[in-house]
Amino acid sequence: MTATTVRVLRQLRHDPRTIALMLAVPCVLMTVLRFVYSDRRAVFDSAGAPLLAIFPLFTMFLVTSISLLRERTSGTLERLLTTPLRKLDLLGGYALAFALVAALQAGLVSALALGPLGLHVSGSNAAVVVLCVTVALLGLGLGLLASAFARTEFQVVQFLPATIVPQLLLCGLLVPRERMASVLTAISDVLPMSYAVDATHHLSQEPGAGGWFWADLAIVAACAVGAVALGAATLRRRTP
Amino acid sequence: MRRGRTDVVAGVGFELRAGSVTGLLGPSGCGKTSLMRALVGVQQRVRGELRVLGEPAGAPALRARVGYLTQAPSIYADLTARENMEYFARVQHAARDRIDELLERVGLAAQSDQLIVTLSGGERARASLATVLLGEPELLVLDEPTVGLDPLLRRSLWEFFGELAAGGATLLVSSHVMDEASHCEELLLMRDALLLAQLTPDELTRRAGTTDLDEAFVRLVGGRA
Repeated sequence: MTATTVRVLRQLRHDPRTIALMLAVPCVLMTVLRFVYSDRRAVFDSAGAPLLAIFPLFTMFLVTSISLLRERTSGTLERLLTTPLRKLDLLGGYALAFALVAALQAGLVSALALGPLGLHVSGSNAAVVVLCVTVALLGLGLGLLASAFARTEFQVVQFLPATIVPQLLLCGLLVPRERMASVLTAISDVLPMSYAVDATHHLSQEPGAGGWFWADLAIVAACAVGAVALGAATLRRRTP
Repeated sequence: MRRGRTDVVAGVGFELRAGSVTGLLGPSGCGKTSLMRALVGVQQRVRGELRVLGEPAGAPALRARVGYLTQAPSIYADLTARENMEYFARVQHAARDRIDELLERVGLAAQSDQLIVTLSGGERARASLATVLLGEPELLVLDEPTVGLDPLLRRSLWEFFGELAAGGATLLVSSHVMDEASHCEELLLMRDALLLAQLTPDELTRRAGTTDLDEAFVRLVGGRA
């Protein structure tokens, strides 16, 4: 499993621009948000925390869906499936590599947001990073699934607005979930990002990371595992 | 073996002799790749009996014993040749001490630390081949390993294949370039999804009545023999 982790991290190392973008863009966006709400700090506090959890979803969905699409189309996946490497070793290797990147990204953005930008969160900084890494694994699982339904990179990036953006609209970031039309609330109840954003609300409002935070986190983690498992089923050894 | 309603490869019956190089020859699109994919267990909808090293083709136990070179280079373009070798050595549980020797053997010693994306098509193909040879597989299924290479490199690779066979490995090498038949001990000729014949290069030229391998191929495969 670590063989694949090392390989994926080496691929990233040869692509410093992607690393720079993954780390810098969330920091810039968080800073922009801070100044958009410069005279309404309460809004920054309530929107900033969910945003921390949303960055890793986007980033990991994109890098995973494109990486796995490349594995599928370049023949390396077919080749790997003829070697003793197990599918779970491959996916575990990717998950470990991208979890490390997500932890780095989350550590950096949350240090900036909670420090210089003055975002107020009652929960611990470590809880923020744990949540971000869990959301990153959800992004990885969804990206893996998307890569199975796309033949080209053009198609796979279209799955971002198709699968991630609806979750953002309904997750409670724009309007609290309980105040949406009941149909939309019901839909948001089955979307994993709703629970990630609920978790950030618990973090920003309750001192320490309370039981509800961990319950929401567990739901996101379960969805991430489910998505990776479904995605694993799409890695077929025998193909037409 | 079917794709849609057409038989991609039909009526195939052959055996590979252990420790020999068998050439799989036929025009483009005749089913060579499908046959090779069936041998390594990644081809869907294979019917009939296909046994590889005593096991059903694609059996998990075979994955450490069979090496498969895909037609398009299947290595990571954003890694160096050496980094690709290190990764495939680990996934194939192969010793890393052969990495330098193999890179040398495929003529990539000088380029081993260059990113694959900066290499030429022929160099990429050779880097891909080097990763397949790492695990010292008992059966090597090589899909057009020498296509697009210059004559010197082709000759040196065929010598290498001969040495591997002398060392006990069994090789199945596909090509649509007929000259390469002379390097093989046996040939499988295919056309339109059918296996036409299993014979030696000598038998091929004798049956076709010409010493020119290209001409022999045209006469036999073209159906005018």
